[in-house]
Order: sequence, then structure tokens, then C-alpha cells
Amino acid sequence: MNFGFTEEQELLRSEVRKFLDESCPLEHVRKLTEDATGPGFSRELWQEIAELGWLGLTIPDAHGGAGLGWVDLVVVLEETGRSLFPSPLVSTTLAAHAIRRFGSPRQQAAWLPALADGSAIGTVALLEEDGAPGPEGVRLAGRAAGKSLTLTGEKHFVGDAAAADLIVVAFRKGKSKDLGLAVLERGTKGLSAKDLPGIDLTKRLGRVSLDGVKIGRDAVLPRGNAAAISHLFDVGALAVTAEGVGAAEAALRLTAGYAKQRVQFGRAIGTFQAVKHPLAEAYVDTQSFQSLVYYAAWCVDQGHKDLPLAVARAKAYASEALPRLGIDAIQLHGGIGYTWEYDAHLYLKRAKWVRPAFGDADWHYERVAALGGL
Amino acid sequence: MDFDFTPEDEAFRAEVREFLKKYLPKKNTPQELAEWQKQARARRFVGFAWPKDVGGGGGTISQQVILKEEMARAKAPPLGACFMGLAWVGPSIIEYGTEAQKQTFIPDILDGKYQWCTGYSEPGSGSDLAALKTRAVRDGDDYVINGQKIWTSIAMWSKWIILLVRTEAGESKHEGITCVLVPMDTPGITVRPIKNMAGGAMFAEVFFDNVRVPVANRLGEEGQGWQVTVSALAHERSSIAEVAGLQRLLEDVRTLAKKSKRNGKPAAQDPGVRRRIARADARIEAMRLNGLRFLTKQLRGENVGAETSVNKLHRAALEVELGELALEIEGGAGVLDKDAAPEKGRWQRMALSWPEVVIGGGTPNIQKNIIAERILGLPKDP
Repeated sequence: MNFGFTEEQELLRSEVRKFLDESCPLEHVRKLTEDATGPGFSRELWQEIAELGWLGLTIPDAHGGAGLGWVDLVVVLEETGRSLFPSPLVSTTLAAHAIRRFGSPRQQAAWLPALADGSAIGTVALLEEDGAPGPEGVRLAGRAAGKSLTLTGEKHFVGDAAAADLIVVAFRKGKSKDLGLAVLERGTKGLSAKDLPGIDLTKRLGRVSLDGVKIGRDAVLPRGNAAAISHLFDVGALAVTAEGVGAAEAALRLTAGYAKQRVQFGRAIGTFQAVKHPLAEAYVDTQSFQSLVYYAAWCVDQGHKDLPLAVARAKAYASEALPRLGIDAIQLHGGIGYTWEYDAHLYLKRAKWVRPAFGDADWHYERVAALGGL
Repeated sequence: MDFDFTPEDEAFRAEVREFLKKYLPKKNTPQELAEWQKQARARRFVGFAWPKDVGGGGGTISQQVILKEEMARAKAPPLGACFMGLAWVGPSIIEYGTEAQKQTFIPDILDGKYQWCTGYSEPGSGSDLAALKTRAVRDGDDYVINGQKIWTSIAMWSKWIILLVRTEAGESKHEGITCVLVPMDTPGITVRPIKNMAGGAMFAEVFFDNVRVPVANRLGEEGQGWQVTVSALAHERSSIAEVAGLQRLLEDVRTLAKKSKRNGKPAAQDPGVRRRIARADARIEAMRLNGLRFLTKQLRGENVGAETSVNKLHRAALEVELGELALEIEGGAGVLDKDAAPEKGRWQRMALSWPEVVIGGGTPNIQKNIIAERILGLPKDP
């Protein structure tokens, strides 16, 4: 019985934190992300984290990765969240996860090494306009003709769409209930992707258009069915929530630190219970959805049947708690919290970004209710 | 991370299951319950966490978890009859008591011979426990106690009270507090039950009028009472038993939602009801996992302190929320009571008795102060 991290995992955490503190402090995050014409992340840092093994963390060693699990990945993601590190790490990890889990050995050998060494950026394109964050929302049409498949439609809210070299796309075969996953390479005829302006500059989201994109069978993941798509939504929700834990802890530390120093009415505002209590509540919430995240990650690694319920609980709780924490952080700071220059708003924006990603609180609480037998 | 137990631990689990299969009371007849206590005691499951040399079970931390899990799963009655004796009076005596005190009290607590009550709170010191004023003045080999306690649960049915008194003014208010063990039939003690908002009387006021107690009844040193209390209240960490209780309550709320109509439609289909049930579900699961994280720290020999306030806050919120939710699911019938109400007024009783859990042992506001000051490092209110 052990619900804690190993020494190796603690070491991984401190190395990731040290690297991010030194190489990408918040001033640098701002520099990378505030330029709307730039890519929103640093290619140099991307190569460095590839060499540090973060990109291939959950990719098997046979394909150039470290062969570790999601519990290890969560350690990294908590830290990238804490630093608001801008990069296509989550998107690339999800694409690799899809290919590893639902692809053929040949497909894995073709794509995973490039995703592990950073030479290719990946993403998953699951959601559609007004679509539900689950297999039922997939409408994008895949029409089979002989040995090829033609994909037509539009994908929304695709993480790092413009930067992606490989896009894992969910589609529906004709009018059937049969769903599939295809891997599209950048430059494929009829495929276009662009990022859209967003409130959280540290996260890029975009739109992918497929205008009669013709692909061969070798681009379709053999085990990519509705259950696979559902699983991708689950691990996607888990990944963004793990980053949310780190961001929440950073926002809490920033605000508690300010409350210790800021003096009003002749005393530090942190002595007032009106300041203490929302911070204590934020701590309770953060600790709690963190526990839920850890258990969900363990479920991924064990192939445990609790995964959908575990993820739904974690994402629902976090989607509800994060924006409140972000708002409280601004309010407790007062005027300074409203300025562009001060960092508090960066966390509020991340909280708002995480909220709908891979399903919001309503969506996931409804799943918890249904999975609990209601 | 690894949620499995060792083979030795699993063997212990099998032993507990065997015991439950044989002796779990089916109809709760007095004979069944007596046999249950006798057999539990024979296996040293009563006081299982206590050292073997005082008559406890000497169970390891993981065995304690397994025992609690299995008891909860089987919806078993409590192990042992002396609730407060097992919860904190016994642990305090084991840690601070003299040999004579251990020999006098520990076997009786384990056997459930009589009840203990706890004299901490006073009219002027609730959340601010250390402000207590009940005074004990040394007179030869006795203390003479004068003052008043309040919110003393089951005082009217208890044979002994563990009492905090002020023996000297002291420089800080925590100093000068002493712990004494007092027989409730000592002349000068008056107990007056307090009727609560649910209509019952579980707690009482206890008055002390020149009550003489031998100095030998002091627990720990003079002035050590605060330390004795803090370490006793810190005994329970993992909240496993509370989680199991809340899981059962939530299951019952789900059942209530399935069989009730709300505004003409099945309550279980109402999106608001579904969301509130799911919200409670996520929080109970978070409590379970938080508890396992505390337990892991304990198993690694690390200290678990203020972070347990996290689960206390969850529990307080859930105790209120589940009762409220049940009454709202019942709709108009939620305002009826006793036999007229659904399930014979079970949820009405719950919705009116949460203060015992929510206020007793530190109000939510006090728990938030603890987190803010001890974990987040915010300055104390001067």
C-alpha cells in the first residue's frame, strides 16, 4: 500500500522544476507567448526537453522513448503547469499515446521515434463545433473508396494545430456508428490548420480543415474505434488537469506570499480571516483534485476499469475549482492583480482554458452520476 | 504507486473476513451483540492499534486500515462499547498515564465496562479551547475543582470524565492547563442535559462545585494538559472509517433519488440532483485518496499534521450537504417528520444533527485557520 511517489519520480520532479525555473521563468514565458505572430513556444527549448526525455516519457524504449508511465508523466505535467511552460508537450504526448495504443507495429515504428526525439510535433483532433466531448460528438465524414479513405469536415479546439506535423483525427465512417482514428501528416493535400487567438497565451488552440483529404489504409489506426476515442478524451482530460494542479499550486503560492507582505490597516492582510479562508479553501480543493489526478494516472498505467470514473471525478472537480481559485487570486491581490504586468492573471487564464478542455464540470459530473448508477 | 497489500496483510484480511462471517450480528439482538464484542475482544480487534503490553492488538498501520475497511464494508457495529475511551481517553492514558492508571482504566475501556465523557469546552471557551477557566486548587493530596463544562457528550451516562482544568494562571493561556480523571459520581458534580435542535439530548452541561479529586488522578504533569489533549486529538489520521460511512450515506441518497419523484418527475433524472450527487461522490473519493496519501506518509515515518484538516472540511461540508440534498429530493415531504416522513424521518434526523460532527472537534472556520497558518504560512491574527 503506497500512494506516493518513488525516489526516482521525486528526482524527476526536481529536475524538471530546476530546468523550467532556469530556462523558462515567467518573463521568458511572456516573451515567447505575447508575440501573436510567433509560434508561441521555443524550438530550442523543445529540442532540449526532447533530449531530457520528456517527449518520449511514455513512449516504449524500442521506439526511442523512456518507457515510463502516466504517473511519471503527471509529475512532469504538474511542473509544466506550475511554470505555465508553453509547448506542444501535451498535444504531442496525446498523439503518441494514440499511435502507441491503437496503432499497428508498423505505424508505431513509423511515427513514434520522431515524436520522441522532437523532430515531429503531434496533436489529436477530436472535437467539432457544438460537438460533445466524447465519441458521440464525432461527425467528420470518412468515405471509403477501394483502398483509400476520403475525409471531409472540420475539427475545432485542436491543441497546437498550426505547429503539428502529425494530427490524429477522429472520424465517422459514412452514416454508421463506426468511428475511426487516422494519422495525417502535415502537407497532405486538402489538409489545413491554423491557430486562433485565445485568452490563455500559453496555450495554442486552432482549427483543422479537411477538404477531401485522401489517405491510404496505412494511415488508419487499426484499433481506433469509439472506445479508443473515448479513452483519448479521458487521457486528454487527465493531462490538462495535471497541468492545472501545478498552475493552481503556483497561483496559491503567489497569492499567499502576497498576503504575507501586503500591509493594510497596519497589519499584513494575511492575518485577516477574510483572506485566510478563501486561500485555505483553494488549498483543500487543489490537494483534493490532485489526489484524484494521481489515482486516475495510476488507473491508466494499470489498465484499470475505474479510469473513466476516476478521470471524470478529477476533471469535474478541477473544472469547478480552478476558475474560482483564479478569480480569488486576483481579488485577494486587489488592483495589482488586475494589471498585465503582474503574473496573477496568467493563472486565471490557464484556469479558464482548462475548464472546457476535454469536457467541463457539467459534462464530467454527469458522467460521474451515470457511471455511479443514476 | 501501488494500492496492493503484502501477502501477510492479505492473510490478516482473510482472518478478519472469517471473523465477520461468523460473528457479524444479523438481527442485532443483545445476545448477538454481546457475542460480537466478546469475540472481537478475544481477537484483540478492540483497541487494535494499541500496544500489546497494555492489552491492545499491536496492529500495524496497514492492518489497522484493513480492519477498518472490512468493518465498513460489512456495515459492522463498532468494535468495543466505550466510544471516547477507545477514541482518545485510552490513547492519552497509554501515552501519559502512570502504571497504576493504565492498570485501572485500560482493561475496562477495552471491555467496554462503562462510558467516558470529555470535559473540554466551557461556556467561554469553545473554538478558543485554551481560554478555559474551570479551576483546580491544590489542597493537600487533593485538587478542589470549581467551574463549568458544556457540550459534554453523554455526560449523563458516563462513569468517568477526562477533564481539563486551570491549575495556575501561566504566562500564555496554554500553560497552566492540567488534565485530571474524575469519577462522575463525586459529590459536587451536577449534570444538566441540553436538548438539541433535533429534539434529543446527547450532550450536557456539567457543573463542578468544590469537587475533590485525589492528585493521583492527574494525567500527565501539572501544566501538561494542553499537550495531553493535542496528542490525543491527533490520534485519528486516515479518516478511513468516516469515508466508508459517507460512501454508505451517498449510496442511500442515490437510492432515495431513484425511488422519489421531484416536481412530478423521477428525482434521479433531475440534472440538479444528479450533479449534486456527483459532486458529493467526487469529494468523498477525494477524501478517500487524501486519506491514503496521509497513510502513506505515516507508513514512511513522516509526520502528518495540519493537512488532515482538509478531510475534516470535506466531511463537515458533506454531512450538511447530504442531509440537505435528501430533504430537497423528498420535496414537500421533506418538511414532515417521524412516521409521516419518508423512511420514518431518517433524513430529517440527519439534517438536524450534523452540528455534532461539524462543530465538535473544531469548526470549519477553525480548520481553515489551521490550514492557512500552519500550511500556507499566513501570519496569526494578533
